Amino acid sequence: MATVVADGTDKRTSPLSDAVVVRFAGDSGDGMQLTGGQFTLSSALAGNDFATFPDFPAEIRAPQGTLFGVSAFQINFGSSSIDTAGDAPDVLVAMNPAALKTNVPSLKQGGLIIADEGEFNDRNLAKAKYDANPLDDGSLAKWQLLKLNISQLTMDAVKPFGLGNKEALRCKNMWTLGLALWMFDRDRAPLVDWLNAKFAKAPDLAAANIAALNAGHAYGETAELAGPLKQHHVDPAPVAPGLYRTLTGAEGIALGLVAGAQLAKLPMFFGGYPITPASAILHHLSRLKEYDVTTFQAEDEIAAICSAIGASYGGSLGVTSSSGPGIALKGEAMGLAIMTELPLVIVNSQRGGPSTGLPTKTEQSDLYQAVYGRNGDAPMPVISARSPGDAFECAIEAVRIAVQYMTPVILLTDGYIANAAEPWAVPDLTTYEAFPVEFLTEVPEGGFKPYGRDENLKRPWVKPGTPGLLHRIGGIEKELDTGHINYEASNHQAMTDIRKNKIDGIKVPDQIVELGAESGRLAVVGWGSTFGPIHQAVRRKRAEGADVSHIHIRHIWPLPANLGELLKSYDKVIIPEMNTGQLKTVLRDQYLVDAKPVNKVSGQPFTIAEIEAAIEEALA
Amino acid sequence: MNEMTTIARTTTLKDWETDQEVRWCPGCGDYAILKAVQRTMPEIGTAPENTVFISGIGCSSRFPYYMETYGFHTIHGRAPAFATGLKLANPNLDVWIVTGDGDGLSIGGNHTMHLIRRNLDCQIMLFNNEIYGLTKGQYSPTSRVGTTSPSTPYGSVDRPAQPAAFALGAGSRFVARGFDVSKKLPEVLKAAHAHKGAAFIEIFQNCIVYNKDVFEDFAAPKGAEDRQLWLETGEPMLYAKGTKGIALDAEALHLKTVDVVDGDWQAAGVIVHDVTNRSVAHMLVEMPFGEFPMALGVLYDDPRPTFEADVWRQNAAAREGKTADLQGLLKKGQTWTVTEGGPEL
Repeated sequence: MATVVADGTDKRTSPLSDAVVVRFAGDSGDGMQLTGGQFTLSSALAGNDFATFPDFPAEIRAPQGTLFGVSAFQINFGSSSIDTAGDAPDVLVAMNPAALKTNVPSLKQGGLIIADEGEFNDRNLAKAKYDANPLDDGSLAKWQLLKLNISQLTMDAVKPFGLGNKEALRCKNMWTLGLALWMFDRDRAPLVDWLNAKFAKAPDLAAANIAALNAGHAYGETAELAGPLKQHHVDPAPVAPGLYRTLTGAEGIALGLVAGAQLAKLPMFFGGYPITPASAILHHLSRLKEYDVTTFQAEDEIAAICSAIGASYGGSLGVTSSSGPGIALKGEAMGLAIMTELPLVIVNSQRGGPSTGLPTKTEQSDLYQAVYGRNGDAPMPVISARSPGDAFECAIEAVRIAVQYMTPVILLTDGYIANAAEPWAVPDLTTYEAFPVEFLTEVPEGGFKPYGRDENLKRPWVKPGTPGLLHRIGGIEKELDTGHINYEASNHQAMTDIRKNKIDGIKVPDQIVELGAESGRLAVVGWGSTFGPIHQAVRRKRAEGADVSHIHIRHIWPLPANLGELLKSYDKVIIPEMNTGQLKTVLRDQYLVDAKPVNKVSGQPFTIAEIEAAIEEALA
Repeated sequence: MNEMTTIARTTTLKDWETDQEVRWCPGCGDYAILKAVQRTMPEIGTAPENTVFISGIGCSSRFPYYMETYGFHTIHGRAPAFATGLKLANPNLDVWIVTGDGDGLSIGGNHTMHLIRRNLDCQIMLFNNEIYGLTKGQYSPTSRVGTTSPSTPYGSVDRPAQPAAFALGAGSRFVARGFDVSKKLPEVLKAAHAHKGAAFIEIFQNCIVYNKDVFEDFAAPKGAEDRQLWLETGEPMLYAKGTKGIALDAEALHLKTVDVVDGDWQAAGVIVHDVTNRSVAHMLVEMPFGEFPMALGVLYDDPRPTFEADVWRQNAAAREGKTADLQGLLKKGQTWTVTEGGPEL
């Protein structure tokens, strides 16, 4: 239970804020992701809604103190609905000069900098390419500055535990967390429990970290600061009662795939190859063997998808996952899955591209690759997740389509969704409708046709090992019904048409309008992780009286049947995307609608302000 | 073969033939291999519905269409990866991989290596014709130096891969050799099937269009006795009707040929073939033809636990005592309950 702020007794308690954005930034070795993660839990327990954005370097252990070694974690928490990790931070915690330099430009004007001045020595200033100490030269004048020697304060706090210098300094992040907990009026008890559990085998370390945490908290409480340090209390957000947990996109995908396989009553086979930012899905699933999951770390991306197809052929739900470069390698095998009409789920955790691009940064530039990126006429359903919680739903939907239509399905997520955490109301699985797979086990009336079809144009799924249904499949053009090799012109035309019609005919829910009217002056159309900033921007603009609606597309291919008419009911359509205009191309092509792109390809998510500006421009 | 395989069936050669017209060039060595396999299957005694032939791309990879079993003609070089997924999904299936020198050692060399090192229980038949047939005659990774082809009009300059040596180097626990028209091929196939684990069989195959008779120097019936060394475990390595044998030069640590007088192979120092001797196997797979006869038959056979069995064992152990309560899993980790009164741990 969150602590309740004493009623007016604390003069420093500032007026209630609606939402606060805090960014913790430090060296890769400073434990900023851990600090952010624990602060997130604390926000959840305080009943705030929140969204987070971890931003860490591609280097595993970048040299200490360098600009490229800075790791940051941003959280936006508030007393009303939070959809994004926030535009500009209100508070920046900078653990060293490099962290200050790389992060301070995005700090809100008048925002608070908390800097560990103990780290602002000549060596670190040089590494961060500062000529003079920014804490002293007035260059930070447009922000509020709080200089604290966190390093020294931590050392003092953990002195009784006899740790070495290095180990003692490792507790800095807990001191900082303690201060942050005080600043936002948070209960320390869950953190103390967590530290005791984490360091159960090293009670000294647990005690030292707890002492640092308490010291940071006490500092806030006791320091008679006339300066900028004030306590803020953010009221709980009004959320429906129920059980909640934090969920990252990678967890959402993994859990959704397991749920999907269970609803299909199939064992799952996951073939993967390590790649950032997709590996987390492989890691999660590797620990879920009791859910009838087999994971296989293949020798390469190609083997990963081929093994998954082999498992699907054997009667399992084959799943593979990667990021753009790996998806490119899987292209030929996707074509085989289309040709042999086997179910398969391919998850793409998109990252900055092309080529190796920006492995740890987010982008949504693989839409063309998903929709068009194969040789031949190779149609495949494409679904995109908007958030970690939505990733759970989308994974189930991908499994459903894969088995109900005997087709590979691409599920798009991205680096932002994969790593970001949000509060998630744990769903009741009994409310999901099962879609159990029925394998063909004996010769049906009229004879066995390996490429015969039902009303959905789905062919039968036969497990090798089934007597009486022996047949051969492969990548050479199949003959209608029999599936034998057939090179005839008319047969190829017919089979190409069938493959197209099957995918076109997939039943997807009609497109809904997330916010606003179903017609009007402007529709902002998005897909994937741009949901948060678009939603907030449209909400704000509508609050100002603007005639603008938000449409967010989950089913990228096939598109919802009503989408074309819906888009045409607005005077203008803009499409913000973290690419150079890929969904825009698809929608223009499909509906001849004059959709205008709003693009950002910087490796960073859109800010709400950027979308608001785009809306203003479109309505001007 | 796998210990979990229980399905057995009495069949005849006809039961293993499909109604599909076989479409290799007339005189292609693949016909002989197909017949040898179809003849071997009834002797092995497994059921067609429990058998899967998986191939990549190339002339040899048409093979599954002609076997009345389950079959999957996949993509170039990747058959081992499909086989791995299939066998992990259902270890009871009897999986045969059909590949060639280009498919299995060039574009798919990586997968071949990993399948072998993992020791997936299957039979890998690599048809080696030292040429790319289906793409009309380019040199392959096993082509000899100087092979002229459309892509090497002045002769190839790169040194060829040695399939059996590659397999053994990758960690193979079973390496055998045979050739298309050999009457002994079914025996080699049976031994491969009897081996639990990845069984690698290099089958020399005559491409009569693009690389005709390239193996004639040892495969031709005439003089075969002098040029073929058929290995039998427990038997001395004799050839040329017992007048010659293979011995070990213990000082230089390499093999040598020796003359055997009056059948006294022991006096000549001829080695007795032991299929579990890995050191000798390394020498046999690299024994240069010409100076030596071609080593054929089962060169090495020493099983180890298989990949899919270990995976299933680990999965079973990880599931031991746990229930698949997905609802419970969703609730795991950092959770809190929101009530009318606010959140609680």
